[in-house]
Amino acid sequence: MSDGPRDDGFDDLLDAIADGEGFYIECENGHGSLPPRLSCPQCGSQELGKQGLPESGEISTYTVVTVPTPQFDEDAPYVTAVVDFGPVSVTGQVRGREPDDIETGQVVGIDVGETVTRDERLIVFEPR
Amino acid sequence: MSDPRVAGVGLTHFGKHPEQTGRAMFAEAGLAALDDAGIDPDDVEALFYGNFMGELAEHQGHQAPLMAEAVGLDVPATRYESACASSGAAIRDAVLRLRNEEADVVLVGGSERMTNIGTAAATDALSIAADDLYEIRAGMTFPGAYALMARAYFEKYGGSKNDLAEIAVKNHEHALPNEYAQMQQAITTEDAIDAPIIADPLGLYDSCPITDGATAAVLVSEAYAAEHDLDTGVAITGTGQGGDKMALHDRDYFARTPATEDAADEAYDDAGIGPDAVDFLEVHDCFTIAEVLALEGLGLYEPGEAIGAAGRGETTREGDLPVNLSGGLKSKGHPVGATGVAQLISITKLFEGRHPRANDVDDSTTALAHNAGGTVASATVHVFEEVEQ
Repeated sequence: MSDGPRDDGFDDLLDAIADGEGFYIECENGHGSLPPRLSCPQCGSQELGKQGLPESGEISTYTVVTVPTPQFDEDAPYVTAVVDFGPVSVTGQVRGREPDDIETGQVVGIDVGETVTRDERLIVFEPR
Repeated sequence: MSDPRVAGVGLTHFGKHPEQTGRAMFAEAGLAALDDAGIDPDDVEALFYGNFMGELAEHQGHQAPLMAEAVGLDVPATRYESACASSGAAIRDAVLRLRNEEADVVLVGGSERMTNIGTAAATDALSIAADDLYEIRAGMTFPGAYALMARAYFEKYGGSKNDLAEIAVKNHEHALPNEYAQMQQAITTEDAIDAPIIADPLGLYDSCPITDGATAAVLVSEAYAAEHDLDTGVAITGTGQGGDKMALHDRDYFARTPATEDAADEAYDDAGIGPDAVDFLEVHDCFTIAEVLALEGLGLYEPGEAIGAAGRGETTREGDLPVNLSGGLKSKGHPVGATGVAQLISITKLFEGRHPRANDVDDSTTALAHNAGGTVASATVHVFEEVEQ
């Protein structure tokens, strides 16, 4: 894990996901977004609150990355996916299933894992 | 309102030149543009300069004054950074400056040094056009992001790796006589389909190469061109810019690019034309799928229709709508911050009959340039028209 300062909002969310209490930011008009936010990226509202992140979402799209950045050198090949949780979508890595067995529409849960290369935290999805 | 003219253009060879500094490359391109324009360099009033990864590749920020100095100009200089759309954004502001009659002569351009840091570091540097917290830390790469878009496109509209391969084959063929191109090499669809996968479904030939290079152009007001009897037959008649959410997962669409749509709408409206008027164009094909998304975003094809355009021969040099006659980013190369102006240069040379593919656009009067940043969170579109001198 990085020895640098925390990234408020982002690290708070990862802590919460790791504790099984994932959340997202919701504005007064019901738009979801990921922290940190002072205003809604959809409508600009500054009336924001936290809502619980649904426990599972569906894979919208994914790719198997075989040529990574150096931070993921020993992780490749890995599956990067965008998962739709309803109010928000999240990007992360799908684990626990062979790349050939992954499809769009699959239901996955969210957790926090570590990279193989540098032991850095990242958002991971696991098929339900 | 008068339309700015392209008075002169210059560029370096695009390719692997790891020993060349950004400043040396820009000096070569900028001096060539000034020479091509045949103007007094003292008349240049500002530099609009695009660069993306200078801090990472050359440990050099604040590049614009350095680049003005490199071409012997003592003028205010500003760097534009909009990822791969950096010099498209520079062109736009230069055009607006000229139109507002706050300048008569400006230099636009860009430079990028990339191969000196190696493929892994360049891949890392390119990835920072995405959201660091929520994309890069999940392992998103630049090809990976477009692979996510390609799969979403295939699932929504259909299409295959073979369709993408046809685009690669076309752009490689277009670049064959382009002496400035990084890849003057014909390929087959089999070559493209069988190439190593970078981020499934995108393979090596779906991806633009990593490129060193610089570009520059002298833009002048219509009044200046007339007063100095300049040889300027190409006008920039429309400009538009669009934006979108930075992270792909925050978008409404993965297989459409609203920033391109917005930029195109603005540019068409500005030029007083519609998509039907476009004779040929240079689009931002950092990946084969990006050319598809661009053609649909520009309103030249309905969503889901552009995937087969190259295979049907419509966008080849013999087709009704030649796309990327320069070879595009795919074969010409993509020195990121220089690319927007590279498109301007290709279009200018095609109109002026001094591009090796000029014979393919003999009767053309109207062209488009489309430059996109990241996964099209930034986009610029410019309309070029051949005009009476």
